[in-house]
Amino acid sequence: MAANRWRLVAGAACVLVLLAAAVTYVVRASHQVRSAGPGPAANATGSPAAGLGADEGAPATALFDGSDAIVFVDNHPGLEYGRLSAVSRADPGGPRRRSDIRCDRAYAAAGRIVCLRETNDFVGDHEALIMDRELQVLSSYPLAGMPSRARLSSDGTIAAWTVFVTGDSYTTGTFSTRTSILDLRTGRLESNLEKFSIALGGKPYRAADVNIWGVTVAADDRTFYATLATGSRTYLVKGDLAARSLTTLRQNVECPSLSPDGTRIAFKKRVSEDASGRPWRLHVLDLATMTETPLAETRNYDDQALWLDNDTVAYGLLTGQPDQIGVHDLWTVPASGGGTPARLLDFGSSPALAPALTPAPTPTPPPAPAT
Amino acid sequence: MYVSTARNSDLAAGVRLSHRGGRVAANVVALGAVSMVTDISSEMITAILPAYLMLGLGLSPLGVGLVNALYGGLSGAVRLIGGHLADRSNRRKAIAGAGYALSALCKPALLAVGASVAGISAVIGIDRIGKGLRTAPRDALISLSSTEGSLGAAFGVHRAMDTLGALSGPLVAFLVLWVAPGRYDAVFVSSFCIALAALVILALFVRDHREPLAHKAASLRAATRLLRHKPFTATFAVACLLGLATIGDSFVYLLLQRELDIALAYFPLLPLGTNAVYLVLAFPLGRLADRIGRWNVFALGTVALSGTYLLLLTAPSGWPLLAGTLTLYGIFYAATDGVLMAIAAPQIDDLLRTSGLALVQTATVTAAAGSSVAFGAAWAWAGPDAALAVAAAAAATTGLLAWNLRSTATSRPDRT
Repeated sequence: MAANRWRLVAGAACVLVLLAAAVTYVVRASHQVRSAGPGPAANATGSPAAGLGADEGAPATALFDGSDAIVFVDNHPGLEYGRLSAVSRADPGGPRRRSDIRCDRAYAAAGRIVCLRETNDFVGDHEALIMDRELQVLSSYPLAGMPSRARLSSDGTIAAWTVFVTGDSYTTGTFSTRTSILDLRTGRLESNLEKFSIALGGKPYRAADVNIWGVTVAADDRTFYATLATGSRTYLVKGDLAARSLTTLRQNVECPSLSPDGTRIAFKKRVSEDASGRPWRLHVLDLATMTETPLAETRNYDDQALWLDNDTVAYGLLTGQPDQIGVHDLWTVPASGGGTPARLLDFGSSPALAPALTPAPTPTPPPAPAT
Repeated sequence: MYVSTARNSDLAAGVRLSHRGGRVAANVVALGAVSMVTDISSEMITAILPAYLMLGLGLSPLGVGLVNALYGGLSGAVRLIGGHLADRSNRRKAIAGAGYALSALCKPALLAVGASVAGISAVIGIDRIGKGLRTAPRDALISLSSTEGSLGAAFGVHRAMDTLGALSGPLVAFLVLWVAPGRYDAVFVSSFCIALAALVILALFVRDHREPLAHKAASLRAATRLLRHKPFTATFAVACLLGLATIGDSFVYLLLQRELDIALAYFPLLPLGTNAVYLVLAFPLGRLADRIGRWNVFALGTVALSGTYLLLLTAPSGWPLLAGTLTLYGIFYAATDGVLMAIAAPQIDDLLRTSGLALVQTATVTAAAGSSVAFGAAWAWAGPDAALAVAAAAAATTGLLAWNLRSTATSRPDRT
């Protein structure tokens, strides 16, 4: 009996010590998070009120206004992490205008912002917010999983996003994606592009393992490009929003991004099966000739690139510092394949370009395609 | 050592759970506690791993997912090896403990390997090895700690506790992240502490069962000879068939989610619904199996599985589909998983108990992995409806076979 009692006491003591250790660690982590200030960024002022340059018409609260701006998600470790921010295109290292909105992934175009984020209600519950440039929420949509990619058409009327559906990983450890497209003019939401009719290599195709991610929308607001994966292959697909169809064009193209002139696609190409090395490299595909060019960025790249103009693409890259988990910097590289990568700004992800607004405050729909 | 008096004192210290049913041994409850606490620890990680990989490390989960698919076969092989080692060394608790320890060490290791996909894949692989190693010795200990008439209840109690842990794990992880936003390291560290607590419970409160004269009897040849013993062969065959009729959780939830497009954000809650039903019914159905016959309850489970597929096939809309599918799928788990172990255990000599149970588990798991791949192919080839119809027919066939076995004796062969 004595042995039994000793075991009980010893067992209870050990378990209590372990639980106390766990709780102590969590509480300490909690204090560290809450007391952490802005990171050690050299050239960011951290002043939310810092202006972006001269602008007459826009309200003072606008995230971006009259001048060309780069909208991105701040990646400073600490309290600034995840805040939707903007800098002047002319001075990307200059003062940042930071909002209080945290996004995991964001994009902006023509006065509209799409922000994918965790809801305030429940950890692990995500939503897509459509906002104007004063950060007024116009609409919100529940997400089926973790934010991955977000895009708007250049006139801000079509929004698209991809999330990782994680429910099935509860038991199997596998992942799948879900991609949705929203027409902001009509409010029509295509919640799952996998429901579109698929033509693979010219033949109708259906399979349970189809995943689609990384949409980029063309200027006609009807054509789009995306990645389709099935049977461990990835394809570039051309989509038709009105016809609800997807057609494969080419293999091994992920996260396409259409150039402003609509002639080329920047994308990530899997160049190594060794997932631990540098599986992807940034490439540009000419849509007319279907020739692809590797760009000068050779580090581990995993993003949907942004065209700053017809000659330059921008993208996020992990800092790679051991104490900076999930922290990216923004880089640029020439789209020609020459040159070398250049740093655009420190501590940022999800780059988007918000051009100077012309007088019209709301996006003007182009000649509407029949839907 | 207290080990020598184990079985008698277990039964004496048994927990009285019902008036009519048998007692569930204290050792089973202790093993249930180990599983519960371990599952809290491991499901904490499972719940946040995708977020950690993506938002924390900036990795693309699709690449990691491909690597994961390889581990199914590895786990089956480890299970068989672990079962054999446990019988041969006569140290089931030690082998199970090694499995639990291996998985516990994976928690800090995941944090240590950082953003290396190869490192993360290796750690996840080691975690699966740990899980494969411990399952059969644990189930052997449960069966050896229980009287034959209460095996169903014993496995029911264990599976219920196990599931309770699996349900709580994600909640604990979310609580940690709510207190310390973005600090995934806090989840890993607290998960490690909880896994160590499970090891403490295993070391101090679970009693081993050592069979006299074990070494000679537990040869590999003896283990393969198990398959010549008719009742066990039938059980093994049903286990294979059950595996073939199982299309996999992800397909069930994927199909359900497609039918119910409204509830996108609630996708992660689907497994919770199934597990809640499993949790509630595991013990009652286990005890029912002891009373009305284990094959009868097992057959009921396969009918529930067939019903799950038929519901998905006919797809009535909205809440009836959701509630019906999750309930039937939970009944399927509660009526087959532990019950199959309770059927198989008495058919296997004590000396080979771990190897025998490992055989049955590996058969089910391997067949299920193959079936899941086949289901995906059938979906692409003939569409989801035809694939579902075949799966429903396979489940019904399994049920018929099980029902035919209902009168077979569950006794083991005489030890010779």
